[in-house]
Amino acid sequence: MVKQAFDEIMGMAGGPPPRAELAALSRWIEATPDAELRRRQQAAEATFRQLGITFAVYGESEASERIIPFDIVPRVFMHDEWERLSAGLIQRVEAINAFLEDIYGERRILKEGVLPTDLVLGNPQFRPEIAGMRPPHGVWAHICGIDLVRTGPDEFFVLEDNARTPSGVSYMLENREAMLRLCPELFRDFRVAAVDSYPDRLLETMKSVAPIGVSAPTCVVLTPGHYNSAYYEHSFLADSMGIELVEAADLVVDDDMVWMRTIAGRVKVDVIYRRVDDDYLDPLVFRPDSALGVPGLIAAYAAGNVAIINAPGNGIADDKAIYSYMPEIVRFYSGGEAKLPNVETWRCREPQALKYVLDNLADVVVKLVDGSGGYGMLVGPTASKAEIEAFRAALIAEPHRYIAQPTLALSTVPTLADSGLAPRHVDFRPFVLTGSRGVQVVPGGLTRVALKEGSLVVNSSQGGGTKDSFVLMDDRPHQSQGDGQSQTMGGMTQTQGTQGMNQGVTR
Amino acid sequence: MLSRTASSLYWLGRYFERADFIARLVEATVRLDVLSPRPAGCAAWASALAVTDTDAAFEAAGAELKRSEVARFLTIDNSHAGSIVHSLDMARNNARAVRTALTREAWSAINRAWLMFEAKPAATDATSVLNLVEAVKNETRGFEGAVHRMLRNQTTWFIRLGQAVERADNTARLLDVKYHILLPEGERVGGVVDRDQWTTILQTVSAVTAYRWLYSDGLRPGNVIDLLIARAELPRSLAASVEETVDVLLMLAKRTGQHGEADRMARLRATRMAKTRSGEVIASGLHQYLQSFIEENALLHGAIGRQFKFG
Repeated sequence: MVKQAFDEIMGMAGGPPPRAELAALSRWIEATPDAELRRRQQAAEATFRQLGITFAVYGESEASERIIPFDIVPRVFMHDEWERLSAGLIQRVEAINAFLEDIYGERRILKEGVLPTDLVLGNPQFRPEIAGMRPPHGVWAHICGIDLVRTGPDEFFVLEDNARTPSGVSYMLENREAMLRLCPELFRDFRVAAVDSYPDRLLETMKSVAPIGVSAPTCVVLTPGHYNSAYYEHSFLADSMGIELVEAADLVVDDDMVWMRTIAGRVKVDVIYRRVDDDYLDPLVFRPDSALGVPGLIAAYAAGNVAIINAPGNGIADDKAIYSYMPEIVRFYSGGEAKLPNVETWRCREPQALKYVLDNLADVVVKLVDGSGGYGMLVGPTASKAEIEAFRAALIAEPHRYIAQPTLALSTVPTLADSGLAPRHVDFRPFVLTGSRGVQVVPGGLTRVALKEGSLVVNSSQGGGTKDSFVLMDDRPHQSQGDGQSQTMGGMTQTQGTQGMNQGVTR
Repeated sequence: MLSRTASSLYWLGRYFERADFIARLVEATVRLDVLSPRPAGCAAWASALAVTDTDAAFEAAGAELKRSEVARFLTIDNSHAGSIVHSLDMARNNARAVRTALTREAWSAINRAWLMFEAKPAATDATSVLNLVEAVKNETRGFEGAVHRMLRNQTTWFIRLGQAVERADNTARLLDVKYHILLPEGERVGGVVDRDQWTTILQTVSAVTAYRWLYSDGLRPGNVIDLLIARAELPRSLAASVEETVDVLLMLAKRTGQHGEADRMARLRATRMAKTRSGEVIASGLHQYLQSFIEENALLHGAIGRQFKFG
């Protein structure tokens, strides 16, 4: 079942040599001694630790702040690959926004029988409380992280849609910083698209969806607090956009307006990029038993006085049971076929599919529809007999809670392992922004790598690492052309210039 | 600025200043104990505990009163509120809560100091203790420098406000305890141990050389007291801390357009300080003076919290 994996830089084992555009990169990998690569990698990780770029692991008291391992060998997307991916991502995110607008409004997609009604309305991720509310400018999924996997030169699949509070964008930016500093020669040989405009684009997106009539909106980032596992990212984003990082206790709702408490009194808040779950947004609406959240926030949202990014209720769009219908959803709203295919998915709620899955447990990946972070997941080929039997029992007991997918031969990228460079499986999370003026994809993203040999689980909570992801501005190899060199240098200078400005203004 | 942010910055200033102070105190006490020709022994360490107000906690912990135990207690023991590691923990927690308000340099200094203790350093023999506190002092200096290179806005002012209030408290405590030990009733002033004890005070506030510049007639207790109380040129003197508090509050008032209780208290205190003569203070009772100074400082701390709605 598991096929030979495609290596994105070296090509298939025994197949044709690496793609011509990447010859320079494979030469760099071969020419740079492992010890030197390791030294640079350690330098990057030391910096991450010093800056406190950490995440917390739940349930571990000792060493509860860890850095995510960083791998020095970048992953590269060709310009034309990226063009195709971008088109697919934009189409998909437009469909997600249309779906949310529809599901909390007219529900045309249910009336026309494209989706089973109970799958949506009976889904715990569906929020009846907010049905009928409409976010300012009709944008729901402002920031999406669409997880992609690759199995061959032209084979990309969407593995998961993240339309709630996708994380990881700070790693995209910090990994690039580290690469620019530690491997400047790579940016001479390749024209790599800059990612450092992300905070500016995000702020622009936030401002563009401010409530109607607000001319200079006050934007904030809402964090659960500094014990949250992604706190570094929350603070990093607020910092690089130059806006306040607030906790729920800093906000107060009065007469359907949201205010933050400052040393000089109350200041009105117009746009909230929240990094807290729906459940903890407003105790008056979602979790009456919770002391967390901002009482009255949803009323202010319903009154159109505040934009919440991403909109409450988005969980229904990235639910794994809904995921299997994404091709139909894309077709329904865009009128065309999905440019980015889904991974084949068996919905265990359907008896036929369940039977197939139970018969093939050792070959498939089983996932909880509402699980995340690599928890509640069975990877058949690497699981023990006992694990498989445990999942079999769970599947029979509550089939509707599971989906299953074939085990994919995820592409690999050379990675610095203990024994030297070795292929390791990767996935990819690009970040897609939707404002009132349309959808854009930042040319880069988060590449996660499974550091254990043969492992397919890339989640940072399960021992995964990250890599920088290069998106090339054009596909001509540059290393041997005098002309190309100077252009590359021009690109570099510009990139660094922008960074310098950002730091001066916002840090 | 968010009230919560202001509160965290202020506490960050207080705790980082406290970590620095304890580091200096430990360093000076090691010197007094080990390097002086007539070691002061456990009396020196008892006074270090008294200055940090941890004598009761130390006794409760049940360790023997000797150098290795007290040095460990004041540096790496996180079980009580008077150690360097505890102050750094609290400073870093507050810094993390306002990560966005700090520059990378400022944050890195705090984080590096904290990481040193995460590595579970040994703090047993005199050399390792001295190395550890020296490293802490390096980071606090780095932090100080980073704060001065940050934007001159509320962020730096709240940190500096916390530092100034903490510094006033620390210097007053140091002087109070040492003076008490140094001049027990009927004791002759001016012996060898005595001289070392007074030098210890100067070391703790980094003023050994400054003293020589300001006073030409040798090491005299009256001069040391004068320096620590009334000379605003010395950054760690009470006068300088009082002045700094007024200045910072004034800048905050200009920015926020608000005056309050804390401004009035701070100005009142500064006016009184300007008239203070150290000779009169000694004559009328140094201990009482310092005690009421410490109390007033605590009241000012409360007023600052109310004025800026720390909550």
